[in-house]
Amino acid sequence: MILQHIADGILSGAIVSLGAIGLSFTMKMLRFANFSHSELLTWGAYGGLVFAAFFLSFGGFMDGIIGPFSFGPALMLAMLCACGATSLIALFLHRFVFERLSRKAGHMTMVFASFGVALVLRHLVVLIWGSDPIYYSNALQFAILLPGGVRVMPDQVFLLGLTAVVVIALHLFMTHSRTGVAMRGVAENPDLAGVCGVNVDRIVTWVWVIGASGAALAGVLYGMTVQLRPELGFSLILPLFAAAILGGAGSLYGAVLGGMIVGLSENLSVIVIPTTYKPAVPFLLILAILYFRPDGIFRERSR
Amino acid sequence: MIGLVSYLVFFLILSLIFGVAVLGLNLQWGFTGLFNAGVAGFIAIGAYTMAILTGPARDAVFGGFGLPFVAGLIGAMAASGIGAAVVGIATLKLRHEYLAVATFGIAVTIQLVCLNWEYLTGGTLGLIGIPNPTKAWAEGPLAQNALYLLVLVVVVGLTFAALERIVKSPWGRMLKAIREDETAAASLGKPPGRVRLEAFVLGCMIMGLSGALYVSFIGYVSPWDFLPIVTFQIWTMLIVGGSANNRGALLGALIVWGVWTMSGFVISRVVPSEIQAQGGAMQAVLIGLILVIMLLVRPRGLIGEELHVSRHARS
Repeated sequence: MILQHIADGILSGAIVSLGAIGLSFTMKMLRFANFSHSELLTWGAYGGLVFAAFFLSFGGFMDGIIGPFSFGPALMLAMLCACGATSLIALFLHRFVFERLSRKAGHMTMVFASFGVALVLRHLVVLIWGSDPIYYSNALQFAILLPGGVRVMPDQVFLLGLTAVVVIALHLFMTHSRTGVAMRGVAENPDLAGVCGVNVDRIVTWVWVIGASGAALAGVLYGMTVQLRPELGFSLILPLFAAAILGGAGSLYGAVLGGMIVGLSENLSVIVIPTTYKPAVPFLLILAILYFRPDGIFRERSR
Repeated sequence: MIGLVSYLVFFLILSLIFGVAVLGLNLQWGFTGLFNAGVAGFIAIGAYTMAILTGPARDAVFGGFGLPFVAGLIGAMAASGIGAAVVGIATLKLRHEYLAVATFGIAVTIQLVCLNWEYLTGGTLGLIGIPNPTKAWAEGPLAQNALYLLVLVVVVGLTFAALERIVKSPWGRMLKAIREDETAAASLGKPPGRVRLEAFVLGCMIMGLSGALYVSFIGYVSPWDFLPIVTFQIWTMLIVGGSANNRGALLGALIVWGVWTMSGFVISRVVPSEIQAQGGAMQAVLIGLILVIMLLVRPRGLIGEELHVSRHARS
């Protein structure tokens, strides 16, 4: 039983990790807590739905199902397109809301604005797709029985594999590409990076694209293994923030590790507290980490 | 005509109840710069305390002490204040955005407690039969509502006058000093930590008062009344009216609640009945857009902070 909780914790932790990468990057590099980030997960998930329907309309090869999974090439392609579309939404928001505010107002104004943006994005989903849960596929899947009596779905194995691939790819990108190194420079000190010839605007664009793509992947994977609903992202706000704060803003591995800790503690908490209080667990984690490291993991310089 | 008047009275009552909460938030954000993203949670504490203290006795649920209205208001403020003190001691050391995340989490947790702790809160059903004091004073809903409006005008007037006096006092100037530059304030011997906590607790007590006034008007309390959207509405009211200005806080409450009600009315008339359920989503989109556009176009609000120059510096 406890092994099943651990397996479920790792699976939901993987989704939180993917979503938290972008949140953590924007907290560090753009210096504001983006409460609308979780809505990018929702838009990614519903974007996947639209693109999948589009590709399925071609029929033939697209209709197929890959191996033991519940989905075929259509959803795989749709996932990529959802990343692109979500990135466009994020860049639009950056260009017309957050960038303007960061020029003329403080960081807290950006946090307010992100509340407003989140409200608009979430309820647009309700207006467009309705508030009933939707599934990508009705195909039946057989659980794989692992040693110790742990049951996982093939889709969940895919989720974990894809997360691992994305994290490794991002790691290579951050350590080996010029853009990745410049990004780390901007995270440390944007002015200094600018003086050293880094095009800060271009790096900021990359931050949004990476963050939004991670969010879109997390959204599609959530939709694939759970369901699509308009509150998908909203219900993940606290887990995402908990992961980003636990891991330390701006850290790729921190976000992944934080996501895993959040997923595991949420799923293991049901052993000691009633399931109905499970959504409060990420919040308790946030309080605990902030209590022991009151300035956050990365100590902010005092002004 | 009577219909219009009674609707106007009803509308003003709710605007003023919201206005009280906006005044509390204004003390925290406008004057002290504390980002409280858990407003709905502190309103909920006040509302449930009011319901428990003044409501009728119930089977299997705690409370129902049948205390008088004023005792309920005081109790609600005290409960929200105690809750805020506990939360504040744990979180006020945090800088802005961490405080926002932490208070957001508190509101989520409070809502979970309201939903699930049936012995205290009645669970999903909530608590019903909370007395409205005006029922004993007058006959008929219009007269009762008009009286309740009168009660509210008095309560809001007192709160407003007290806050105006507070923010102009030396303590109020200390709030602004800490908002503007905490290090400078500390170097002049002001204790930022203690003052931030005091402002947070006082602001939350006023939010609790708003919750208490709400339940005794509506007559019941349910966990669905304190969803995070309430926090967003109250924030939008403050931003639209103008933070750090108590008049602005009340004006914002009136305008945003007006827009919310009017849009609800228009949607119910214009939108076909099949998609009426989505009407609430349209209202939420509207509130979000107002918040974002206001921040972009006029960040200081309709009537923003009045700038003061110390009379000692002027001469």
